[in-house]
Amino acid sequence: MSRADVCVTACADAFRGDGEIVAAGIGGAVTILGTRLARLTFEPDLITTDGVCLLTGDVPPLNEAPEVIEGWLPFREHLWLVLNGRRHVMLGASQIDRHGNTNISCIGPWERPISQLLGVRGAPGNTVCCATSYWIPKHTTRVFVPRVDMVSGVGHDRAAAAGLSAYRHHDLRRVVTNLCVLDFDSTGGSMRLASVHPGVSVADVTANTGFPLVIPDDVPETRTPGDDELAVLDRLDPAGQRHKEVAA
Amino acid sequence: MSKEMTADEVAGSLRSGMTIGIGGWGSRRKPMALVRAILRSSVTDLTVVSYGGPDVGLLCAYGKVRRVVAPFVTMDSIPLEPRFRIARQTGTVEFTEYDEGMFMFGLLAAAHRLPFLPTRAGLGSDVMRVNPDLRTVRSPYADGEELIAVPALTMDVALVHLNRADRRGNAQYLGPDPYFDDLYAKAADRCYVSCERIVDTTDLLKEGPPQSLLISRAFVAGVVETPNGAHFTSCEPDYGRDEAFQRAYATGDWDAFRARYLSGDEAAYQEAVNERGRQ
Repeated sequence: MSRADVCVTACADAFRGDGEIVAAGIGGAVTILGTRLARLTFEPDLITTDGVCLLTGDVPPLNEAPEVIEGWLPFREHLWLVLNGRRHVMLGASQIDRHGNTNISCIGPWERPISQLLGVRGAPGNTVCCATSYWIPKHTTRVFVPRVDMVSGVGHDRAAAAGLSAYRHHDLRRVVTNLCVLDFDSTGGSMRLASVHPGVSVADVTANTGFPLVIPDDVPETRTPGDDELAVLDRLDPAGQRHKEVAA
Repeated sequence: MSKEMTADEVAGSLRSGMTIGIGGWGSRRKPMALVRAILRSSVTDLTVVSYGGPDVGLLCAYGKVRRVVAPFVTMDSIPLEPRFRIARQTGTVEFTEYDEGMFMFGLLAAAHRLPFLPTRAGLGSDVMRVNPDLRTVRSPYADGEELIAVPALTMDVALVHLNRADRRGNAQYLGPDPYFDDLYAKAADRCYVSCERIVDTTDLLKEGPPQSLLISRAFVAGVVETPNGAHFTSCEPDYGRDEAFQRAYATGDWDAFRARYLSGDEAAYQEAVNERGRQ
């Protein structure tokens, strides 16, 4: 069992209890595997995609076409689904702060960036309309920053400040990284250390985080996948793409 | 009545300062032959409205763009579009940055002749900070919600690339996703359709069902047959993205790329692409 296996399982656990909604994994092999592992184990009603625009009736390995197609989700329908909300998305982030605001747009001043990235894409709408989690493959102080340069995904403080329409469906769930699982404390919406992966200390996490985390007295270890889950992962990802995505 | 014309005639009909919408998504089914014709033209100072890909990057690199209106500019398999990045980082283009769903509502509003459509998408984000002209609107009903009023993304001209069209402008997509090409056609004063192949109207249903007929001739001012005209973006099922060529565009020597592929007309481009394939 590798660190990547723990990360995929932690991503899968983000979808626990979601039922019959679309689980969208955006940002590489680990999030896609997380959705598919959840569906094949504890969340059988979950709806997963081929990574393009098909809802798959079966659950194929990475990079393989499904044998059964149960639905069609072209971009226009996907954007409608975001607004509808029957969806939980696992996004990526170039920067994230303690309230869960994230940036994928640009680094430096927006008016003339030092580094232009993707643009906000769908992050603003996703975060105020859908359940949202994040996958961060390399947990460092470059990503976990006191303040993000351009708020693309909306965090707890910004949603609250923007009023009812921004917060009524705002549902930020968890942040999975190569080191740990983070969630948000129920009072102030500040990022909280939920568990550390096996072999990682609390000090490792705080040293790589550029803001103070809420640290409970007792930080549990992230659960490890069972043999049944590892067998599913080996079938879904025989080439081991997940291992290449996770920083040691 | 036939609306057949050439890519250069389409480019020649544009005027500097116009707002141009470009269909497709990222590096998928972009009207690249029409974009290349614009690169060869004298038009400049354009506002480009696009779910952006290399269409936006190329137009920026050639100094054709005053403002980009987009939620992203990406090449999908290569996440960051290098020519757009340079334009932003050197401050040579203005940018209206919207959320993807906001952008769709802007297209929908324009397509339906509405001044705006309300949405939650964008609230709380810095999209509001960097677009100080955006306004909110309060629901007149009991919920009292305050939502973003996304202004209609009206445009002078829309450019889209589809798989098939007839000479009158009925246009058909055969791939997995229509993207938003029908909305661009309806949002624009004039829409030009390029296609892989012009077919007789009687043959349109030979390759796809009635619901693949995405754009009606009522919205089309001109039709251009441009085989391989979305290259190097994808145009499924006719062809996939030319990933090796896209890498050459993104990471190769830019001046050499321009000299080899973009110094002649469309025929010269396609010949150079063919030659590259034979090597």
